[in-house]
Amino acid sequence: MRRNTLSLLALGAILTIIGLALAAPLVAPYDPDAPQAEETLQAPGWRHWLGTDIYGRDQLSRIVWAARVDLLVALAATAMALTTGCVLGALAGYRGGLVDQVVMRLVDTIMAFPAFILAMGITAAAGNATANVVVAIAITHVPIYTRLIRSEMLRVREMEYAEAARTVGNRQRRIIFFHLLPNCFPPVIVQATLAMGFAILTVAALSFIGLGIQPPQSEWGAMAAEGASYIVSGEWWIFLFPGLAIMVTVLAFNLVGDSLRDLLDPRMRGVA
Amino acid sequence: MRPLLEVENLSVAFDTDEGTVGAVDAIDLDVRRGEILGLVGESGSGKSVTALAVFRLIRPPGRIAGGSIRFDGRDLLALPEEEMRRIRGAQIAMVFQSPRTALNPVLPVGRQIARLYRLHQGCSAAEARRRTLEMLGLVGIPEPERRARDYAHQLSGGMCQRVMIAMALATSPRLLLADEPTTGLDVSIAAQILDLLRDLGRRTGASIVLITHDLGVVAGLCDRVAVMHAGQLVECADVRSLFREPAHPYTRALVRSIPRVDREVTMEPVPGVVPSLLDAPPGCRYADRCPDVLDVCRTVKPARSARARDHEVACYATEAARVAAPRG
Repeated sequence: MRRNTLSLLALGAILTIIGLALAAPLVAPYDPDAPQAEETLQAPGWRHWLGTDIYGRDQLSRIVWAARVDLLVALAATAMALTTGCVLGALAGYRGGLVDQVVMRLVDTIMAFPAFILAMGITAAAGNATANVVVAIAITHVPIYTRLIRSEMLRVREMEYAEAARTVGNRQRRIIFFHLLPNCFPPVIVQATLAMGFAILTVAALSFIGLGIQPPQSEWGAMAAEGASYIVSGEWWIFLFPGLAIMVTVLAFNLVGDSLRDLLDPRMRGVA
Repeated sequence: MRPLLEVENLSVAFDTDEGTVGAVDAIDLDVRRGEILGLVGESGSGKSVTALAVFRLIRPPGRIAGGSIRFDGRDLLALPEEEMRRIRGAQIAMVFQSPRTALNPVLPVGRQIARLYRLHQGCSAAEARRRTLEMLGLVGIPEPERRARDYAHQLSGGMCQRVMIAMALATSPRLLLADEPTTGLDVSIAAQILDLLRDLGRRTGASIVLITHDLGVVAGLCDRVAVMHAGQLVECADVRSLFREPAHPYTRALVRSIPRVDREVTMEPVPGVVPSLLDAPPGCRYADRCPDVLDVCRTVKPARSARARDHEVACYATEAARVAAPRG
């Protein structure tokens, strides 16, 4: 019961963040990019709930607008990785043999690199346009889905309904992608939720080190990076609030992912 | 007239790390037009594998190791894959053992049937839907409109099997392979399903191969019976002769193992277990279980010989006894 409450809270947090991101123009009290010389480095207060940065930009407005960027990049990367992983994993799992070998060695190659280093390398090499950040994160996430779908496909292709789909004369492509792939989805949904959190973390981390989303575009990681140098001089809010935004969002996605897994795996029900 | 399905010398082997498993060992089997043929044997005797071989759907590590399968005169093993695909489901259909797991859990059952009309008969969506509902009604499903939208888990086992049969018969196949279609159903539902199969088979003129280990079902439904043991076909006869004069020692043992309520006969289980098919020795695979075993049984596989019209058996001992004491 307590666990359920926590998951619901997490789900609520995700929905709130998505809602705020969508309604950014309506809810953000100030223009996120407009510097205000007379309002620089204001501590949190009534005028600026979360304070202002060195250019006098309102932190709350920037965080709300940044949610759009972070969520969108993470979502796009996840969607891209998921689609690619589904196709590769389904083919590898169903066909086996040479296709399986080629796909899995390719995936192993990607996995041989630490994910973040690989994403850094790709954005550094390809230039740090937002689209490149999406592709970089997607590439590092493809192995997760490919391996997961492949292992599910190995199970599902032996099911009687797979045999049945073959005996009625369906084409192989249709059997794989229409009949069997949807049966592989439950664990993938869980994984995608968890990976969303991880993708947000990666966007923020890339931006933090200056390889991700570029200023003046507001982005949580970049904002935290800007704020980091002001902690010592006492302006803690510039760093803290974007950092909190990242933490809460990632935590919420992880919690929801975890409880989805428990929900879909009957063996785990009532254990945790 | 030429039989609808002629299986000749068919062998199916599975290559494993330990060796080759001869799941089906050079069997000959004919299915005549319009008949119901029972394919009988214990678990692991190669019945289901034979059925899949007819569909040419033996997947690695299995392979069709030899022989030929002719359907209406066409050599199925020589057809290009695309043509074979058009035969599957349209001309040859299968009813599976466990209907609940043979229906796709993420698709409404109606869509699974409608799909076949679109695939094999090029129907429009509306036409496919209309025929689906008609077919569901025909197999005795009440409220077809509602049931068509249901998923497999929402239907009872009996209902699932009706859906499965509707699916198999949707495109009026000429050959229906039913692989233990009543396993897991309770007795009265099983009887209904079997009646349904027979009636629909008669109505469409389709030949049915009923794969089962239940001789009671065979006696009640089939015209002819083929008995398989450990991948070999040991006896093939019309249903009357098989039960009246089972010739092969294995068939005799099977017939003795039927529980009877109408007579004071002790039921005897078939002695021994199905032998391992891994690198099986030559000769008759029943030899180790057989009370009448001869030396030759272990070295050379007995050929099938006709005992009477429509009654063939592959057994040295039976042959020897028949020659020694001719009938009449």
